[in-house]
Amino acid sequence: MTNSANDVVISGIGIVSCHGVGKDAHIAILSADQAPEPVVDTDRFTPYPVHPLPEIDWSEQIPRRGDQRQMENWQRLGVFTAGLALDDAGLKDDADACGAMDMIVAAGGGERDIEVDTLIVNEAAHRNDRAVLLNEKLTTELRPTLFLAQLSNLLAGNISIVHKVTGSSKTFMGEEGAGISAVHTAYERIRAGQTEQALVGGSYNAERPDMHVLFEGVQGLSRINWQPLWSRDEPGGIITGSASAFLVMESRRSAEKRDAPIYATISAVEGDRGSRDGDGLERRLSGLAERVGPDDDTDLLIMSGSSGIHEISRREKDFIDGKWPSAVLRGYSGLTGHALETQFPLGIALSALALKSGSKIPPFDRANEGAMTTPASRALVTALGFVYGEGLAVLESEQP
Amino acid sequence: MKKDGFLDHLGRPVVAVTGMGIVTSLGRGKQDNWAALTSGTSGIHAVTRFPTDGLSTRICGTVDFMDVAPVSNQLSYAFADAATREAIAESGLDGDFNGPLFLAAPPVEHEWTDRFALADEAGDNGNPANAYDGFLKVMRNRPHPDVTRTALFGSVAERLADAFGTRGLPITLSTACASGATAIQLGVDAIRQGRTDRALTVATDGSVNAEALIRFSLLSALSTQNDPPQKASKPFTKDRDGFVIAEGGAALVLESLESAIARGATVLGILKGYGEKADHFHRTRSSPDGGPAIATIQAALDDSGLDRTGIGYINAHGTSTPENDKMEYLSLSTVFGDALPGIPVSSNKSMIGHTLTAAGAVEAIFSLMTIATGTLPPTINHENPDPAIELDVVPNVKRDHQVTSVLSNSFGFGGQNACLVMTAEPA
Repeated sequence: MTNSANDVVISGIGIVSCHGVGKDAHIAILSADQAPEPVVDTDRFTPYPVHPLPEIDWSEQIPRRGDQRQMENWQRLGVFTAGLALDDAGLKDDADACGAMDMIVAAGGGERDIEVDTLIVNEAAHRNDRAVLLNEKLTTELRPTLFLAQLSNLLAGNISIVHKVTGSSKTFMGEEGAGISAVHTAYERIRAGQTEQALVGGSYNAERPDMHVLFEGVQGLSRINWQPLWSRDEPGGIITGSASAFLVMESRRSAEKRDAPIYATISAVEGDRGSRDGDGLERRLSGLAERVGPDDDTDLLIMSGSSGIHEISRREKDFIDGKWPSAVLRGYSGLTGHALETQFPLGIALSALALKSGSKIPPFDRANEGAMTTPASRALVTALGFVYGEGLAVLESEQP
Repeated sequence: MKKDGFLDHLGRPVVAVTGMGIVTSLGRGKQDNWAALTSGTSGIHAVTRFPTDGLSTRICGTVDFMDVAPVSNQLSYAFADAATREAIAESGLDGDFNGPLFLAAPPVEHEWTDRFALADEAGDNGNPANAYDGFLKVMRNRPHPDVTRTALFGSVAERLADAFGTRGLPITLSTACASGATAIQLGVDAIRQGRTDRALTVATDGSVNAEALIRFSLLSALSTQNDPPQKASKPFTKDRDGFVIAEGGAALVLESLESAIARGATVLGILKGYGEKADHFHRTRSSPDGGPAIATIQAALDDSGLDRTGIGYINAHGTSTPENDKMEYLSLSTVFGDALPGIPVSSNKSMIGHTLTAAGAVEAIFSLMTIATGTLPPTINHENPDPAIELDVVPNVKRDHQVTSVLSNSFGFGGQNACLVMTAEPA
């Protein structure tokens, strides 16, 4: 592809998963000879395995204790990772840049107070006036600050407070689709010349039984043991993971002007939704593929954000195998777990790191993923919602 | 009209509004709402949806006349659906909408009724130390897809997309109390970027339940002047003490002016521009100097190609909280200076309360109706003006006054600020 000033490039990456903090930890995994041992906690939420957060020194990105205390873990993780991305882009201390920067965060809701919910449910077992009970308990037991830690847009709000990103602030919701729309919206704004820099990403705390309820309502979760992504034959198929990814997306013009290192160019991003009955999903994926390309699957890396949920994952893999047979497929949920709203930005971050570092990524699921013999020049990132929503993005490596 | 008339001062497509629909506690549909709003009628009433025993706030502006179960997801959908039907009918578009959907919707969670039902189903198999263990056991025994669907943030947009045939992946967004304005802004952007000729922008909030009310109460955000309910929301007065939590839905069909004219649509007004700026001062309070709000208003004027003499009426955020009204006045007086006394500023929230996620879009529609009818809706309950706030708030009674341009403000928790400028159709 030919470079142009309005190209949307990635100039900063913040990433945290169970495999560690920051880009170096993740480049190491993408460039290793073989996939790392899975990092899974099978005890705390038994029978559900989860990929837990690594150890994090919050103070590295959130210096004030008071700020740390005002947030629940998903917010803390997102604010921390957003700081990594700004640092990586060399913009952390650039007040003018942060003050003009767009921000789009893909967020869910904050965590419930499990103790308060349990207290109420226990008491309700002996009461007929449950609505009155709710008033009694919620007025006395809820912490006022918890509400702010639960509000979806307060991850973005806390990023403004801690990192002073204030050009604009938008929070998108809607599970996996939120992450797709966040990247897409920033992409279109930069391409149209409406903004030069955008901080885009999300954060997901998987270590929450209230979130397990969301997935398990459709019996979506894997039980007992971790298995490689495409090889899961137990019920469910989803193993969730605590993770966060933030990208600094920037016009090429702006990045080159300030001599920022460029990881990759985002050449297309699209999302869609609709019925998955019959061949609805496949027809929609074909349409998306047509719009984003790529036709040629030489040197193509496909970073699949497959959640792992059985039927949809199988159909996604069949589609990819049929459409791009020569491409190298890697399902990154096998590594990081499924991170819901964060899944798509996470896949873009991993792909950009792989392209930039020239990684030959080891198979994460040996039985279902082939070897990668040469570094990729392009990456296709997918995210298919565990219930609805699909998105694709194409990243091109930066020519030296 | 020359082709130039379809482009604005920065060479971007002019964005027209060709359909509007609305639901608030005042009624369903624009006609009922406008009649009530301009006659100074309050939609605020005692809470009946749930018991108020032990609560310091017992009033609200809920919408209680829709025929759905009173749970937030269903109410939010019902308001959005009703408003969208009205808007699309007015726009004259047939069949699939075939443009993108931008939806401002409240963050949803599992309902307490669901938690209680799951706990009952778990019975003795529950874990007294962690209720969620019991819920999950129940779900391993038998899937509960409805419980999942109720708590999916994207579910309202999914249903709307199916019902109205919108195109692509809908965006569900939250910028707290600025959400409705943000949805419109995203629609404007999509048209300006040339990605589409039309966009459906919807904002809805049916999330008033005991827990939501208690949470806002714990932040001391709500009025506790329960008696009489209609008098509680009194923006810009000395004795204002908080907002009244409320519900509503609003939908606007946005189109490039060129495409609207080409298909012979009636243009209801022009979405001239927007401004946005985040605040990094505090989670719930705004910068004491009003800096970000000032920057937002100024950005909206700049984006619209207007200066401070270009605004004829201001539809205030005007929540009736001590903090907001003071800060909003500071911002307006800074931007408009000695022009401000000549600009009427009223707050719809004095009558409908704070419709939260929906507010920005609800008030955008009222702003456009103000332009269309030449009637300024009043700020009711203005009996004891705050002497520190020198605004012409159109006190208590509507005023006949033709305006051609309106600024509508929205400010929210989390440092959210968004302003819209709407104008009459260019002659």
